[in-house]
Amino acid sequence: MSPGPAQALAEGFPDLSGLAVARRMRWGRWTAALLIVLALLALARAFANGQIEWSYVGRFLTVPAILDGIINTVVMAVAAMALGIVLGVVVAIMRLSPNPVLRAVAGGYTWLFRGTPVILQLLLWFNLALVFPVIGVPGLWSGRAVDLMTPFLSALLGLGINQGAYTSEVMRAGMLSVDVGQYEAAQAIGMSHLRALRRIILPQAMRVVIPPLGNEFISMVKMTSLASVIQYPEVLHSAENIYYANSRVIELLIVAGIWYLAVVSALTPLQMLLERRFARGLTGNSG
Amino acid sequence: MTVEPAPGVPLAFDPDSLAIAMIGVHKWYGAFHVLRNINLDVRRGERIVICGPSGSGKSTLIRCINRLEEHQQGSIVVDGVELTADLKRIDTVRRDVGMVFQQFNLFPHLTILENCTLAPIWVKKMPKREAEELAMRLLTRVKIPEQAGKYPGQLSGGQQQRVAIARALCMNPKIMLFDEPTSALDPEMVKEVLDTMTGLAQDGMTMIVVTHEMGFAREIADRVVFMDNGEIVEINAPKEFFENPQHERTKLFLSQILH
Repeated sequence: MSPGPAQALAEGFPDLSGLAVARRMRWGRWTAALLIVLALLALARAFANGQIEWSYVGRFLTVPAILDGIINTVVMAVAAMALGIVLGVVVAIMRLSPNPVLRAVAGGYTWLFRGTPVILQLLLWFNLALVFPVIGVPGLWSGRAVDLMTPFLSALLGLGINQGAYTSEVMRAGMLSVDVGQYEAAQAIGMSHLRALRRIILPQAMRVVIPPLGNEFISMVKMTSLASVIQYPEVLHSAENIYYANSRVIELLIVAGIWYLAVVSALTPLQMLLERRFARGLTGNSG
Repeated sequence: MTVEPAPGVPLAFDPDSLAIAMIGVHKWYGAFHVLRNINLDVRRGERIVICGPSGSGKSTLIRCINRLEEHQQGSIVVDGVELTADLKRIDTVRRDVGMVFQQFNLFPHLTILENCTLAPIWVKKMPKREAEELAMRLLTRVKIPEQAGKYPGQLSGGQQQRVAIARALCMNPKIMLFDEPTSALDPEMVKEVLDTMTGLAQDGMTMIVVTHEMGFAREIADRVVFMDNGEIVEINAPKEFFENPQHERTKLFLSQILH
């Protein structure tokens, strides 16, 4: 048995074991909190007295034009990201291939699309008809580029192909993070290069790439707003159309801002679910 | 099927009885000469142990047998198939040759059962049910059928290495290569892996084992190969090798590892 605290005390000292430890006043915290509350109050007062009709924000938050806009935003973000991931995986595999031609093509793609602004790429796709009035596969099918390059397709190609250039680097980092022994083990049991990538390397790379891909997806949701310049009817475009008519510029911009925040907030739990899915067998003491 | 030469008769050049033939094999990493004029014939059912100081080229030698490494000169014939840059030949050889690695290299994102069924299903196109039955039989053989549903990270090192052996056996290989299979294990787990390998040897598997376990070499090997500085210095039966080594380098090596 160990002695009680009182018995352990040296003689001559008072028994303090029953007393609670006093907590130091944390003046810094109180001061900081006070200053921030004051600043927030001032900000709220400024907005309340500013030239904002808050009733318009509430009214336009759920009008059909805005709701269509946010749906178009989400559709474009998902479609362009999907295209970006497919391209990213293919280009990353090419970049890591022993074939120098594939490596050079992949490097050139990344260089070209990372090196030019997305808005410029969007405008180029949208105006493709100026370069190629008629496009198609010779002998099979052809059509007028003006009809083909709709705002949707131009935005999808512009955003997706640009995204592929960034995603390929994320995927490459993920594939490089998988131990080379994994690839050797797959080869030793007779798996081909592509099968080993598909079954062994990519599933393990996914665990590493999901956090950066989540980041990229959030960027993509906001980047779709650039497609408003080529008439794609996403949420910012809808908001602009409304304020051109009623001049409630700030109110409509706040509406769009609220919707972007809502979509991005919904993505975080989704990312956590995916992360858990790909962490199977790899949490704790992995071998 | 197996052509066994009569005991005591020196090995004739009968290609049917040879599992592996390495003739004048050289390999370089840049300017570094890793393998120098390797000549080694392995009969079917023979157990070869390769030992030697680290950096002597032992691992590189066996990694050339299933083409994880390329050789630059000489020829390697595995089960009648000469290894060249031809991918078909490499595939054929890899289906016949199983390999166990020092670091196990199990697939951490797959269960033990999935680790074992992966190659039969995707390489041999075996139906899933049949592959699972095969995998369970082999996991029973390495004495861990109860771990089938777990992930590699949940197993001890010894158990993981036994799964790695079962995974290789699932392809029904004719030859097994072991690259320092017990070097990454805690001492108390070495025995369970060596016992599994001994069982395999007793069943007549052709085995090439790179190891520092001299007890295993003495007990199991038909021949012991000693390598130093990229060349084969000495090949001998284990009794002769340990009791009457011929070369100074062999003597020095043995004096360093046997106490």
